[in-house]
Amino acid sequence: MPNFFQDNKDIQFLFDYFDLKELAELQERNTPNGNADWLPRGLDDVVDTYRTVLDIAGGIAGDTIAPNSEQVDLEGNTLNENQTVTLHPLVQENLTRMGKADLLGFTLPRKYGGINCPVLIYTMATEMVARGDCSFMNMFGLQGIADTIYAFASEDIKDEYLPKFAAGEVTGAMVLTEPDAGSDLQAVRLRAEQDDSGQWHLNGVKRFITNGCGEVLLVLARSEPSIVDGRGLSLFIADRGPTVRVRHLESKLGIHGSPTCELVFDNTPCRLIGERQRGLITYVLALMNGARLGVAAQALGVAESAARLARDYAASREQFGAPIERLAPVAEMVADMQIMIEAGRALAYETARVCDIENNYNRLLDRDNEGLSEEDKKAMKQKSRALKKLNAMLTPMSKYYCGEMSITVATNGIQVLGGSGYTKDYAAERYLRDARITTIYEGTSQLQVVAAIRGLTSGVFQNYISEFESKSYEDPTLVELRDVLTGARAELDHAISTAKANGGAYIDLVARKIVDAGIAILIGHYLLGQATKCERKKKVASCFIRRNRPVITMNCQQAESGNTQILDEFATIIYRR
Amino acid sequence: MTIKSIVLVKQVPDTSNITGEAMKEDGTINRAALPTIFNPEDAHALEAALDLKDRYGGTVTVMTMGLPKAADVLRDCLYRGADRGILLTDRRAAASDTLATSYILAQAVKTAGEFDFVFCGRQAIDGDTAQVGPQCAEKLGLPQVTYMEKIEEVVDGFAVIKRNIGNGWERVRVKLPTLVTVVETANTPRPWSVKNVVRNKHKRVPLEVGEGELAPGDRIEQWSLDDVSADLNRCGLAGSPTKVHRIQSIVLKKEGFTEILATQEGINGLIHELVRDRTLG
Repeated sequence: MPNFFQDNKDIQFLFDYFDLKELAELQERNTPNGNADWLPRGLDDVVDTYRTVLDIAGGIAGDTIAPNSEQVDLEGNTLNENQTVTLHPLVQENLTRMGKADLLGFTLPRKYGGINCPVLIYTMATEMVARGDCSFMNMFGLQGIADTIYAFASEDIKDEYLPKFAAGEVTGAMVLTEPDAGSDLQAVRLRAEQDDSGQWHLNGVKRFITNGCGEVLLVLARSEPSIVDGRGLSLFIADRGPTVRVRHLESKLGIHGSPTCELVFDNTPCRLIGERQRGLITYVLALMNGARLGVAAQALGVAESAARLARDYAASREQFGAPIERLAPVAEMVADMQIMIEAGRALAYETARVCDIENNYNRLLDRDNEGLSEEDKKAMKQKSRALKKLNAMLTPMSKYYCGEMSITVATNGIQVLGGSGYTKDYAAERYLRDARITTIYEGTSQLQVVAAIRGLTSGVFQNYISEFESKSYEDPTLVELRDVLTGARAELDHAISTAKANGGAYIDLVARKIVDAGIAILIGHYLLGQATKCERKKKVASCFIRRNRPVITMNCQQAESGNTQILDEFATIIYRR
Repeated sequence: MTIKSIVLVKQVPDTSNITGEAMKEDGTINRAALPTIFNPEDAHALEAALDLKDRYGGTVTVMTMGLPKAADVLRDCLYRGADRGILLTDRRAAASDTLATSYILAQAVKTAGEFDFVFCGRQAIDGDTAQVGPQCAEKLGLPQVTYMEKIEEVVDGFAVIKRNIGNGWERVRVKLPTLVTVVETANTPRPWSVKNVVRNKHKRVPLEVGEGELAPGDRIEQWSLDDVSADLNRCGLAGSPTKVHRIQSIVLKKEGFTEILATQEGINGLIHELVRDRTLG
């Protein structure tokens, strides 16, 4: 099988496009290395190591994870009679190989056995893993749990758990959702109670827990019974054991390799992470942001596999005496897939890069602040605040765009294969089944829109986009394309102010149109930046911008139409008596 | 109990990319003209040794004989978890056949210190002889287990090994130290480890850096024939009775078909044909 890093020209291009040395400098500054005996020699060596990391991850994805994926999809994991779960042996094999390659402590500092990579590199690796097997990305992507422990837990807990994660000895689960608390996590009911000795215990039920059978569980629970909203929730860490039973393993449309568990906690001993009452409002929100970017990368990976299959099929399948890729409607589907993937990648990778800067500023301010002058700190604090707002918009945009994109790509993938795509003879149908989850978990597309729209109505988007609009390009084509985007932005601003005048409920109704238009403009600018370094990217940028320009107008017109019929006449339209 | 293993590995020409200049006039392989790779079955031999290290603890030393660029395979082994690499390189060893090579390697194994196992790939894809492993065992006076598929256990100075004998398996118990040759079906070689790459990527044999400086921690051992006390008459061309007549690139093609009639005549014709192209007889 090919190496999924070496055979992916776009990821290779982006690896060189981003200023990784700048990122490496920030990532390495004051990072705790403990007594690690494998320190890189200077920043060039760090960047070279990033390349090695992706090379190894791409090799495992191509050589092991991808060939295992079909059987894993067919057979899934097993719920045992004693209410434990046995992972599919090939899932276990994937994990073992990742562990041996040191890829399970991806972003953890060396002190804890990690390889201290930035989120951007992790995002690239996540995409390649998901291209191998969308479902295995969930096991790989759960490293966010270790990151959460690193960011918020006490030193004792960090020292105890993090090396085990990095060595691949344990996997974890984020135990948040309950039967009656899905998108609305403020409604979580699982109880956390402290006995006279101060020991905490958990009691209750959790549902839809990815890898809930893992060894280390981060559990969101109500520690303050008198406070009914999110401020009554705290985050706890518990070990798998006889007091945690897997009552049910969900039978799902896709991602069969990822065990989705219903868990029963029966007086399970646990420890508090960080401070009481900050479970949801601080820790889980941070955890979710990382996880959302992870899902964006997962969506990119599954889209990449679907697009490759369709592209190869369209080139080899002959009808009317020629390959079907020469038929305009097929060519359009195949080319659009590639453009959409590169668009999503531009957005997700840029988001990851901005996250890296924010995360590192926070790390340097909170913990590793040795040698930092007061002035540095002040400047960092200011920048970090601005970046936080920016990320609060970019992360949901990435998850939303990439998730929706992956479904479009996977469904068109089936379409290109025609009848063959509808059979189980090809993986096209699996790609669609797998992609389908990415707009649902870690916050549905609808919730991502709710989060992203704030950035567009509060001026964050406008400030950010102005930087791009003032960029000068030598190439007249790029100048023209930039101006196309500037015109689109003016339309969008007008639509936003009209929508705002119609009130909050109206904005909720048209938020998706506004966010869609905003994302298209943003990605257009990202692609223009990439086009300055690559002739081919000019074509991609041009295609993306020109083909999206009328769509932006359509979305703006709908957003400012003032039409509220859907809400006003809802009952009539759906035949409610 | 910990286990000390020595793995003999080889950098080989990538025989899937044979070109016209594959052979020199004297009939030996023109290594400079061919891209090189880690001999596939040697990677399985390394994995067998690393697996024993995972199970019982111990050390893995890898050794190769070749040009300075053969240090590439040693680094590859270090990236996968080997502890020590040794390059045997000496102009006087050039043109060694399997007899001379196994003599030199056996001398090197003796020089490297105590060991429990010597692992070799079953055969290399350039010569396809499968002779070097067994010949080394003979010269070292070791019991040998060929076609190893699994080391089931190591206990009290003995190993229980499953061999693939083509039409089935055989389980043997062998006294240590022993020499084992490993087949492809034995295992899946592990990937590089990020940490091992960072630890070892700057390491070089002295000949790779020429006049350049090499920090002590960056040095991969480089041995000459003198270092392994080799008798020069048994090395290189002088020690190699084998003469290569010709190397051919044979492409097996499926082309057309011949109908064999189910008559005495038809069968006779087929038998004659098979005898003529030496498939039979």
